[in-house]
Amino acid sequence: MSNIVIECKNLGIDFGGLTAVDNFNKSIKSSQISGLIGPNGAGKTTIFNLLTKVYKPTRGSILFNGNDTKNMSITSINKAGVARTFQNIRLFNKMTVLENVLVGLHNRTNCNLVSSILRLPTYFRSEKKAKEIALNLLEIFDMKDIYKENAGNLSYGTQRKLEITRALATSPKILLLDEPAAGMNPKETEDLMETIKKIQNDFKIAILLIEHDMKLVMGICSEITVLNYGKIIANGLPIEIQNNQKVIEAYLGKGEEIA
Amino acid sequence: MRETNIPLYIRYIVTAILLTSFLFIGFFITNSNILGRAHNTLIIQIGFYIILSVSLNMVAGYLGQLPLGHAGFMAVGAYSASLFWRLGILPSFSNIIVGLIISGITAAIFGIIIGVPALRLKGDYLSIITLGFGEIIRVVINNLDNITYGARGLLNIPRYSTFTLVYICVIITIMVIHLIMKSKHGRAIIAIRDNEIAARSCGVNVIYYKVFTFAVSAFFAGIAGALMAGNQGILVPNNFDFMTSVNILMIVVLGGMGSMFGSVISSIVLISLPVFLQPLNEYRMIIYSLLLIVVMIFKPTGLMGSYEFSLTYFLEKIGIKRREENV
Ligand SMILES: Nc1ncnc2c1ncn2[C@@H]1O[C@H](COP(=O)(O)OP(=O)(O)O)[C@@H](O)[C@H]1O
Ligand SMILES: [Mg+2]
Repeated sequence: MSNIVIECKNLGIDFGGLTAVDNFNKSIKSSQISGLIGPNGAGKTTIFNLLTKVYKPTRGSILFNGNDTKNMSITSINKAGVARTFQNIRLFNKMTVLENVLVGLHNRTNCNLVSSILRLPTYFRSEKKAKEIALNLLEIFDMKDIYKENAGNLSYGTQRKLEITRALATSPKILLLDEPAAGMNPKETEDLMETIKKIQNDFKIAILLIEHDMKLVMGICSEITVLNYGKIIANGLPIEIQNNQKVIEAYLGKGEEIA
Repeated sequence: MRETNIPLYIRYIVTAILLTSFLFIGFFITNSNILGRAHNTLIIQIGFYIILSVSLNMVAGYLGQLPLGHAGFMAVGAYSASLFWRLGILPSFSNIIVGLIISGITAAIFGIIIGVPALRLKGDYLSIITLGFGEIIRVVINNLDNITYGARGLLNIPRYSTFTLVYICVIITIMVIHLIMKSKHGRAIIAIRDNEIAARSCGVNVIYYKVFTFAVSAFFAGIAGALMAGNQGILVPNNFDFMTSVNILMIVVLGGMGSMFGSVISSIVLISLPVFLQPLNEYRMIIYSLLLIVVMIFKPTGLMGSYEFSLTYFLEKIGIKRREENV
């Protein structure tokens, strides 16, 4: 029980008349890669937005390490240990690759304003340390030699990797990845799969993954939740999901009748 | 963040030498009066416009918000310093310094008071609400007749704004803003501009940094206001009307949003241009406006874009050797 990072209880949100997510219950353990799949518009990204406090839930609650997150903001939930990437990439485009990761390290760089302006030794020490950590992280994703590039000039696949690196820099306990393989070729996708496994293993964090690439999801997730029209239609091991009749129908287009 | 192998102390020494030589040149020119009184005033005016535009640039260029009430903060600084200076309770030198600090801090407090509600808004809404606040400040000053003498004008302000004082204030402004921007705090500010949601998701306290940037910007606007007061010797509320804010914004846009170097160049050009166009009489404003239009058509990002002058780069260019060890 104690190793549950995030627990959603009867979570739901409405946009006007539209119920985007309803009755969503899920617990994520501390060193587990879970998958969240479902057709387009099923409500997957909305769940990420709820977990990271971009949206306030209409119903239900989210517990983080057993505490209610009701009064937390986007910033404070990140400080607590929830980091994410975005389906539509959100990098700091005019900043370099290195600077993007350094922003991720913002709360781990200990240098107050006065030390910064007066360039006290703390400033040089903290900047040097932050830069070291950032470069080490970039190395994991083979981006060390492009650290001076502007983030906006990178290829789609590289931008996705940079977003993951930046999220990791905030030293999260759970990492939420929204379609990390979108726009990547099969080779890149395979590399990404290895990297995600490696992150989970090295950093000992929980990962929740939204992905359409079934090979990727089935290959690395130990548990998969399937969403359709905002509701969970299946939850279980990859093999169970693969053979689940409701899931097959949702994907093959009998979806309208289910709703 | 530029990589260089020129040691820090060499860069510091070269910077110090350059800055002191400019100080001496300027001091000599203004004191020997070789350019005449009008041009001396012009040089000082350029000085406080550099402070105004560089500080506005911090909000407009780096934070990515477009406030239209900079003149309001300038007014707060100008009046608080002038009222203090007129009391004359301290000997001249400390009177100047304390007055300047008071002007900056009072303006910064107003920056925070206005920033907290205004920065909840974005884009045009923020521009309009700050414009409103700026006008309110001016109207209030106008009506606080028994303190500010309203439209009759606050007279007998000591003329403290010498070249040396203005120059030192300009250098401090540019340095402090530069040092903030090249730290984790500056990165946070630029991150907010580039993508606010992403910045929040990286644990950046966006509200804090927005208000902070606004306060720093107001602080220096207040100092510039004080320097203006110390230059004119008299203040009327209409010195700080809406057009003053627009003029400052125009300097920033023309110089390039997010380029302090651009703001400096642009202040020099736009403030001295009307003086040099004087002989053209009524055609002056037309030529001035045409120049602005031409620049904006051919270089929409401003004269300097987001280019920043780098002494290090310059030193490397003129052949000061890189040492190949240490990264
Ligand atoms: N901010 C919003 N306002 C209104 N509707 C929204 C908003 N965000 C998401 N939705 C709706 O919620 C549903 C789920 O969207 P989303 O979570 O993005 O799906 P996906 O599973 O493809 O990520 C969609 O019908 C979408 O239009
Ligand atoms: Mg989505």
